[in-house]
Amino acid sequence: MAVFLFALLSITCIGSILGMILFKNQAYCALFLILAFVCTGGLFGLMNAPFIAVVQIIIYAGAIMVLFIFVIMMIDIRRGLTPEKKKWILYPSLGIGLILIIELIFVLNRALGSSGTQVSEAVGSPKILGKILFTKYLYPFEITSVLIMAALVGAIVLIKDKDKT
Amino acid sequence: MIPTIYFLILSAVLFVMGTVGFLIKKDLITQFMCVEVMLNAANIAFVAFAASTSSFDGQIIVFFIITVAAAEAAVGLAIILLVYKQKKTIKSEDSSLMKG
Repeated sequence: MAVFLFALLSITCIGSILGMILFKNQAYCALFLILAFVCTGGLFGLMNAPFIAVVQIIIYAGAIMVLFIFVIMMIDIRRGLTPEKKKWILYPSLGIGLILIIELIFVLNRALGSSGTQVSEAVGSPKILGKILFTKYLYPFEITSVLIMAALVGAIVLIKDKDKT
Repeated sequence: MIPTIYFLILSAVLFVMGTVGFLIKKDLITQFMCVEVMLNAANIAFVAFAASTSSFDGQIIVFFIITVAAAEAAVGLAIILLVYKQKKTIKSEDSSLMKG
């Protein structure tokens, strides 16, 4: 059952990312990406990480993709996309991708080693995660809040109309 | 149960699809989406390793990655909007001159 679910979710994920790469319209790309993120959330659930699964769906599929769709809405796509200039880039990038995937699978296979080959049953419950987050990882957590504040201020300053002040 | 290597192979495939998509797409927004796909592939690998060693540190790191990705998306999309305002284009090859 779990293997069947894994196959379903991963095939949907890979298929929707393929669709994202192949489609020209950015709005369709964004919708495909949302589907891929929801599938990734399901995969996190399969790996006994329910908290991360929910965070994935709320923040990635919800918040970040809404940002993307707003920006797509504000940009006139037909005027923004000038005709193609170079087409030769496709083959070298496919070659680079092939080399990269061989490398990655080799490295990941070696990295797995003896540390365990099965997904364990230990569930990352929100209670345990919260306890770790506020004790062992307290400083990174606080620094993240500063980072988000900086991003907020940065985005506002970048977009602000400088003429009107 | 599912072997961890399946998740790792899926993560490698997703990462490579993000890289190839980043290289072959021409508009800034889709390239940015491909970067998000790459971050997601890394997240899958982190959670898979966390599950195989039954430690929770990997899941915490994924939490931080998602937060940083949100900040990155906010700033990156603001920059894309600025590029569109100045050059009236979102193709990455049209903004190759460093003149502003």
